[in-house]
Order: sequence, then structure tokens, then C-alpha cells
Amino acid sequence: MLTRRIIPCLDVKDGKVVKGVRFRDHVEMGDIVDLAQRYRDEGADELVFYDITASPEQRSVDRDWVARVARVIDIPFCVAGGIRSVEDARAVLHAGADKVSVNSPALERPGLIDELAGAFGVQCVVVGVDSLRDDDGEWRVRQYSGDPTRTRALARRTLAWIEEVQARGAGEIVLNCMGSDGVRAGYDLEQLCAARALCKVPMIASGGAGAVEHFHEVFRIADVDGALAASVFHSGAIAIPVLKTFLRGENIPVRP
Amino acid sequence: MENVVLIDAGGTNIGSVRYALQRLGVDAPLSSDADEIRAATHVILPGVGAAAPGMARLHDTGLVEVVRSLTQPVLGVCLGMQLLFEHSEEGDTPCLGLIPASLRRFVPGDGLRVPHMGWNSLRIDRPSPLLAGIDTSAFAYFVHSYAAPTGGWTLASCDYGSTFSAVVQHRNFFGAQFHPERSAAVGARLLQNFIGLRVPVQ
Repeated sequence: MLTRRIIPCLDVKDGKVVKGVRFRDHVEMGDIVDLAQRYRDEGADELVFYDITASPEQRSVDRDWVARVARVIDIPFCVAGGIRSVEDARAVLHAGADKVSVNSPALERPGLIDELAGAFGVQCVVVGVDSLRDDDGEWRVRQYSGDPTRTRALARRTLAWIEEVQARGAGEIVLNCMGSDGVRAGYDLEQLCAARALCKVPMIASGGAGAVEHFHEVFRIADVDGALAASVFHSGAIAIPVLKTFLRGENIPVRP
Repeated sequence: MENVVLIDAGGTNIGSVRYALQRLGVDAPLSSDADEIRAATHVILPGVGAAAPGMARLHDTGLVEVVRSLTQPVLGVCLGMQLLFEHSEEGDTPCLGLIPASLRRFVPGDGLRVPHMGWNSLRIDRPSPLLAGIDTSAFAYFVHSYAAPTGGWTLASCDYGSTFSAVVQHRNFFGAQFHPERSAAVGARLLQNFIGLRVPVQ
């Protein structure tokens, strides 16, 4: 039986893992390889590394740490941050990443998704979507969310963008609900359910995990394939073995 | 002493397969040289990507006949396993033709998302030295949109909508649809078992 995935997200800034609240005020959490190994040992199903400074600074992700992680880690991991071309993606994948995630560069140039899927297959191509509800009630996509001074609201509707990226070759979608990110009050179930109804590829929920019950409800209600979280894991508020035991008790299939 | 060679078929998981072997103490060179591949004790055909470019790469490097004629243990990983079959629906691609079946795409719907991505459980159908120490219900990490049917070549299977081949063997040709290099202890065990296979293959 295919299990639901628990995915710690490690935001990387200048080669260190950091975490901010609502994408701001980043605090250093530790060394990338140390944290990656810790989460692997605790039973994480997958890891995501976001180089949150790469896109706003118009540079590609620093790749030295990708190979360092790939050497020691025997679970899949995805790298995001400033991947703007097939060549950028190739370098990261050849360094040992299993998937690349594109966000801001795909908004600048949606054809990038087609190019990546054509070059590497859809299974390598994750599209990250940062989304926030506007005053008119509509969810819309945000760009450059790694840097609050450069974050831009776009006219693009989140649900329309989710349909478009699938048509272009996204093999997985990470929907980060910015309104709930970092405040630990639960995932944005309403938005995730709306996206799930349109999403035929694996979908990962991001933003808002604060308690083990939040993971249960996002799997049960929003039917996502994976749940991503950062601060609750980094701070030790939720230990992955405890979370998985709880989910198993609620009949959510998880890997031991 | 094992002399493991990774065939350079242009797949992007070459790095991670190589690192997985290094964790087992084996330094496997990457090669597209026919003589080096023939001289190896164990050959691994990795590959992430699509069937057509994967086969095109083997044709371009003149390795199609080389791979077909190998008699030492050969392990195809993910796309590398798929290429051992006759044909893939992906790009309507003729493959190496070593295992008599064709790859079909998963059909999305009814909660079945394509690609099949994540940790799924194995069912051991036939005991094999390749699967020593790996039991039914062990979890492995899969990422793929096309799958091989089960048949006489199936050592282990997996369910996703339907039942498909997760681990295969035909003569000296083995394959894993999942990624052993990313399947934690289960994957490491499979790679360790593969390196331990001796000729003639049972």
C-alpha cells in the first residue's frame, strides 16, 4: 500500500538551515547534513531543501551541499531555489538530488516546466506554488516569497496555475499556503481541498502544521499525498516517530 | 573482488546510485566503454528519465548489443529495469528485448495519481538471493509513470491500481522498479545482495 509521506522542509540560506515565521525573520537551525541525517534516522520519508535566497538574488542554488547530502542520505530529496534552466536542473540532479522544484522562475517563464519535463521526465519536476488569499476571496500566487522585501503578488489565480503546471509537465505540486505558514494553527484545508480536486499528480501540503492532529486532518480531509513541515520538526515540538505512531493509530498508512 | 561498473545511459540518478555503492564500500566507475563493461563482474544500468532518450543513448554509444550479450549479473534500476523489457508505451519505444513483456502507463483516476510516487510495500513472489533479508511488506521508494506486468520474471510485485513487477529476473538480468539508492535499509540490502551474486546466476 502506498503510504502518505512526512516531509521535513529545510530552508537553506547561505549554506545553513534557517526557519522564519511567515517567511520572515530567519533563525539559524543548524548544519544541512547534520539535520538531514537526523531526519532520515527519525523516519522522514523525503526531504526538501529550499534555497530561499537563490531566486530573489537571481542566482542558482549553491550545489556543493547537494552532493554532500546525496553522499550520506538514502532517502529521496528535492532541491528548490533559483533553478532557472535545464542546465541548472541537470547540475542539481547530477549532484544527486532526486527532484528539482521550481517556483518563481516558472512564474517568470512557464515554458521552463515543459523543458524540464522533456529533459528529465515529469517524475523529477516539482512545481512549488506559494499562494495567499486576497481581500476579494480569491487565492492568488506569490513570487519571490523567500525575501519579504521582494515578494510580489501576481494576478495569476492559484487554481488556474495548478491546472496549467500539470498540463506543462509538473510531476508533483507543493502547495504552500502562506496565510497559514509558520503559525502552527493547521494546514489550510479549504484551499488544499480546492486544489486537490484539480490535481491529478501527487500533491504535498505545506504551511501551518502545529500538532499531530493537523497531519491527520490534512491526509483525511484534503487527501494530500504528503505533508511538509519545518518549524515543528526543527524545534522538536513534533518528533517524527511519535507523529507516525499517531497517524498509524488513525489508520493513515505510513512507512514504519 | 567485485568490479562493479555503472553504465552511463544518461540517467540523472547515476550520482546517487554511485554514492549508494560507496556507502557499501564499492567504488563503481561510470562507463560507456564496451570493453570495460564486458570486463566487469557486476553491471548496473541506472536511469531516470524517459525510455526513448534512454534507448537512444545506448544506441549512440553502441551499447545495445553489448548489454544484450552480457553474462555477468546485470541490474537495471527504475528506467534501467524498464529498458530490459521488449517495449515501452512511453514514446512507443523498442527496448532491449531481454524480458518478453511491455511497459504500460498507469491510468490516472479514482484517487490514483500518476506518477506513482512514494514508499510502497513489496510482495515477495519468488525467493531469490537478490531479495535475501527483504520480506513481504518491506517498503521501497518508487517514482514512475510506466510499469511492467507480472509474469515468470517477477521476483517481487507491488500494488498501485493494479499489480506490477517491482523486482524482476530473467537469466542474469535483474531489475528493480524502485530506487534502491533511495530506499533506506531495504535498498542498501538489495544492492549488497546484487554485489554478492556469483556467476553462474541461479
